Amino acid sequence: MLRFFGKHALFMVITLIAVSFIVFMMNEFSPGDVARKELGAYATQEQVDLLTERLGLNRPVVVRYFEYIGKLLQGDLGYSQRFKVPVSDIIFNRLGNTAFLAAISFALIVPLSMLLGIVAGMREGSLVDRSITIFATMAASVPEFAMGVFLASIFVVWLKVLPGTATLLPDAAGWSIGAQLVLPVAVIVLYDMGYVVSMIRASMVEVMQRPYIRTAVLKGMSFRRVILRHALRNAMINPVTVIMLQINYLIAGVVVVETVFAYPGFGRMMLEAALFKDIALIEAGALVAVFVCVATQILGDLGYMALDPRIRA
Amino acid sequence: MTDRTVSPLLEFRNARISFMLRVGEANVIPGLSFSINPGEAMGLVGESGCGKSTVALAIMRYLGRAGRVTSGQIMFEGRDIASMSEDELRRIRGKRLAMVYQDPMSSLNPVKTIGSQLMEVPIIHDDADEAKARAMALRMLDEVKLPDAASVMNRYPHQLSGGQQQRVVIAMALITQPSLLVMDEPTTGLDVTVEAAVLDLVRELRQRHNSAILFISHNLGTVVRVCDRIGVMYAGEMVEQGTIREVFANPGHPYTRGLLDCLPTLGRDKHGSPLSTIPGQVGSPLSRPPGCSFAKRCAFAEEGRCTTVPIAIETLGGGHLAQCVRTRELPPYQRREGLSGVGNDDESVPAMLEITALRKTYRQTHGLFGDTGKTVKALNDVDMFAKPGKTLAIVGESGCGKSTLAKVLSGLVTSTDGAVRLEREEIGTVGVDKRPQSLKRKLQMVFQNPDSTLNPSHSVGYVIGRALRRLKGMSRREAENETARLLDVVKLNGDFAHRKPHQLSGGQKQRIAIARALAGDPEVMIADEPVSALDVSVQAAIINLLNELQTERKTTFLFISHDLAVVRYMADHVAVMYLGKVVEFGRAAEVFEPPFHPYTEALLSAAPVPDPTRQGERIILDGALPSATDLPPGCPFSSRCPRKVGAICDTTPPPEQQLGHGHRIACHIPAVELVALQRGGAPAKVAAKA
Amino acid sequence: MTLQTTIDRLPPTRSAPPGALASALKQVARLGESWPAMIGGGLVLFWVAMAVLAPVLAPHPPNANNMAALAYPFPSAKHWLGTDHLGRDILSRLMWGARTVLLVAPVAVLGAAVIGSFLGLMAGYYRGWVDGVISRVGDIILSFPVIILYMIILAKFGSSALNIIVVIAVTKAPIIARIVRGITLELRERDYVMAAKMRGESSLYIMFFEILPNARGPLIVDFCLRLGYTTIIIGVLGFLGIGLPPPDPDWGGMVKDTYGMMLVWPHMSLIPCAAVSSLVIGFNLLAIGLREISLRD
Repeated sequence: MLRFFGKHALFMVITLIAVSFIVFMMNEFSPGDVARKELGAYATQEQVDLLTERLGLNRPVVVRYFEYIGKLLQGDLGYSQRFKVPVSDIIFNRLGNTAFLAAISFALIVPLSMLLGIVAGMREGSLVDRSITIFATMAASVPEFAMGVFLASIFVVWLKVLPGTATLLPDAAGWSIGAQLVLPVAVIVLYDMGYVVSMIRASMVEVMQRPYIRTAVLKGMSFRRVILRHALRNAMINPVTVIMLQINYLIAGVVVVETVFAYPGFGRMMLEAALFKDIALIEAGALVAVFVCVATQILGDLGYMALDPRIRA
Repeated sequence: MTDRTVSPLLEFRNARISFMLRVGEANVIPGLSFSINPGEAMGLVGESGCGKSTVALAIMRYLGRAGRVTSGQIMFEGRDIASMSEDELRRIRGKRLAMVYQDPMSSLNPVKTIGSQLMEVPIIHDDADEAKARAMALRMLDEVKLPDAASVMNRYPHQLSGGQQQRVVIAMALITQPSLLVMDEPTTGLDVTVEAAVLDLVRELRQRHNSAILFISHNLGTVVRVCDRIGVMYAGEMVEQGTIREVFANPGHPYTRGLLDCLPTLGRDKHGSPLSTIPGQVGSPLSRPPGCSFAKRCAFAEEGRCTTVPIAIETLGGGHLAQCVRTRELPPYQRREGLSGVGNDDESVPAMLEITALRKTYRQTHGLFGDTGKTVKALNDVDMFAKPGKTLAIVGESGCGKSTLAKVLSGLVTSTDGAVRLEREEIGTVGVDKRPQSLKRKLQMVFQNPDSTLNPSHSVGYVIGRALRRLKGMSRREAENETARLLDVVKLNGDFAHRKPHQLSGGQKQRIAIARALAGDPEVMIADEPVSALDVSVQAAIINLLNELQTERKTTFLFISHDLAVVRYMADHVAVMYLGKVVEFGRAAEVFEPPFHPYTEALLSAAPVPDPTRQGERIILDGALPSATDLPPGCPFSSRCPRKVGAICDTTPPPEQQLGHGHRIACHIPAVELVALQRGGAPAKVAAKA
Repeated sequence: MTLQTTIDRLPPTRSAPPGALASALKQVARLGESWPAMIGGGLVLFWVAMAVLAPVLAPHPPNANNMAALAYPFPSAKHWLGTDHLGRDILSRLMWGARTVLLVAPVAVLGAAVIGSFLGLMAGYYRGWVDGVISRVGDIILSFPVIILYMIILAKFGSSALNIIVVIAVTKAPIIARIVRGITLELRERDYVMAAKMRGESSLYIMFFEILPNARGPLIVDFCLRLGYTTIIIGVLGFLGIGLPPPDPDWGGMVKDTYGMMLVWPHMSLIPCAAVSSLVIGFNLLAIGLREISLRD
């Protein structure tokens, strides 16, 4: 166990260092960039050079990188040019909003996909299996923005029962926050579930062909008991890592949904930062995203170990 | 034998079983009738594809969605299994009717403890509570002789050895005292000493539980060991059935005779006569001939009588049945055996291949960073030699180091210490990519698994042609002509050059593999279990082919096998290996006669003999193979040796006793005493302690 | 089934195609055995035809503004699918947009497949530290949320077809490398690989001629799936405004420009959404069908 955490912690640190270094290099390698950004397009070259000099930006990039890491370790994430506030003021607020959306979605995705995936995979080729497979394929094939447009045109434009935006602010039309969240959550759940259902189904189909399932059936167990006692746990071994990786997608990948519904989340903040070339925010955001990713990988591996006794040596 | 006063426990009444495939109906069983009485053990033998497993699964009514019984009945305890409701079926499965499978590892659920898998059977069927189920499971584990049953209960399948897993599966099947136990190749894949122990266990449990057994096997020797009656299947039909004694003494069907004759039984060797073979192969179940399905391969077949109308079943008395119109016209059966000849062996000829004090150790690693610091001694001071144009056979069970030896010779791994010389040139330390092309040409290899020996993406012609171009530097055109010639050498039609591996049978694949190895005219050919995955009739043909090639080309063979009968037949010299050491070495005729090393003795006694008149007491080895990471300081075999003399075996390495003609035995017991013990029949400690 | 039987009944052609071509044709014909493959293949083929024939078939130039049409931008005889908010013909823009997607996606995925296969072969064949380095770097790339990566890179270097292709190829290569590595690890232990070594074949020969051909089944299926995902990504990039620069038509961009007007002119965003979705569904169904067929053997 200690070895497990040691290994993963090491990998996490290496990943964080690698990513922060790459992102830092990309954004700050050429010294003029930062000062130019600070001063705007209309500043003269002398002004840029002066500021570069004053900020110490013409020193070697490696030195500056270590300074940057030093500041990070002290909790100083820098100042956001786009939002004109310290990065830490905005980033955690937005991350919280996204986590809220992600938590609701995740709580729906996991049980629904398990149910559909297991039911489809336990009788391969049956009508139920075919229907669920088609549903899952369709759901995973429609890009989130398209799904958003489809759902909005039905529920917002046509039926007028839901709001088309989820700004989390009490808006003029008086939609509650609950109503605002329905469409974003629906889009995320449908799109992501399509993928997870296919994974679980494939794993279940494979498990159902294993000889130990035959052993269980020929012991005289009911089909239900075979599924619950013998197939379920084996079928979840491989998907568990994938399921945990969905947290990753839910935190950092839902930028499209946030954009469609004007949701004040982490992804949209990153998009704005990128379009505005808000270097401090991009760098901090990238680190946060990678941290979330590696953490979910560790969760996935833990789940894997919990389910499969063969790798708990 | 079929006693009219008892009603049979299981009865196939002209049952016809088909699989509905996309290409059409595959009629695997055209119409099968046989029965098993309560408490009786019946063996079912036949080569792959003859429908044995379909019979087993039909009894359990587990044929999948495509399979069904299209007519006839399968009666179990007086009721037709095919017409039972799901509920009724569930009540008898696992309760009255239990099954033991071929591959125990995959038959057990990897994520559930042994205990929970055993306990659920009485919980489902007998409404047992937790405590009662646990007690039953523990008792069963004791009965199948698993040491320390209580701790086995908490273990997972992967923590047990193959033999132990199979004992668990047997315990699981017998826990509810079923009236019929279906065993589908229960010992295939186990080592021969483990197999012997499992077979003895089955015999013993059978008497205690009075369960009837349907024992399915491709190995006639194992069937003889446990069964009273035998049924021989061919292409889905039971071509012969009767008591074991009757069928073996007087086989009434040419196929049965063929099966018996193509086995290299202990005592025969290549200097006597070539093995008999059965030409051709089983037809497709998609289309059946109107007459006898075996006619095309049968030496006794008569055009017309055998090939036009369905063949009736003839009664030969005493419940002995044969489905052959000519069964009464067949000549009296003579078992072919004892035909061993004398090989010419000039001891002054220098060895082609000489291995001295060879060691191979691996560092044991654990995951990415973990070096456990332990070393695995796969080969430990190995000495042996092969004479030019002769066959050196290496026998031993899994973990004995025979595969590692093959890897060192082929250059896949390099030796740690010692010497491997091919015509005085050191090759053990030279990895395969460092070997000059001339050396690669000299030493080639034939592999065990026909399914992985040929690249599924390449045609036969490409495979052989490429070998010719690489090893002989031929041009494309030359290689094409030479390929045709090589195909002829391995007795295949030139058209085979255009085929892809998926269009070939197992035997044909092995022939291609042999042709590929021959491409460079090698001096030495390593054959790593080349026939163990093949059916017996095909096995015989490949063995004959190898021997012919040796006679013609004077190729030296290094033949690795676990099958003693095949080794006895093929070998000029034999090395018996155990835990990385050669415990006995010598000329084949001498190794197979006393004095034996106790391990050789155990192997010989464990080998299943397909002859009911020769079933002696057997030596059953206790315990498991010690780990190769910490070898005992003394004799490697001491922990399991039935003839162990005392502490000296554990502490002191045994001396190598030289017995003339290069025959040597590594044992503390003097050879004279060994001879006395083994000839005089002083039994070794037989069977395991209860 | 139908396509197969038709082909079976065709009289043998006089000049039989040589082996490779014949077997390739046979493989294509086998698509008829699976209805997902038929429908998927049909959808993909439809869009390929649209893209190829855009210069011939498109009723209007894709960037031509017809302000007069804005009076009634809905589908009409002149504009079959209506016009967008700038009065440009949606049908023509869809057809021209298909060209970009169907050019960028296959090239990007092919790039990923080439890089990924090579790295996967190396990692699986040599194992040890080569595997360690390749797998770790791959893990790092994979652990990065792709969309955020695209935002950072494309915002930094600007977005052009080439940049999008490079970014997708690099980020998708580790997935393919992982698949190929797994297959290689298994196949390198096969006896035919040993036989190749024993006749003195080079490592490169073994990787590319003994191992890679046997990975083609899973790779083709994955190629299709990957095409679907890449189509989504290209759409998403366009939608987020970091895709191909305007004014050239780009399906995602068409949605981006018009989804704010959904209450009045819903067809402007609905139609391109339907287009992207149908193409992705096509790729995914094709992948399912191919997998079904390969499992039957």
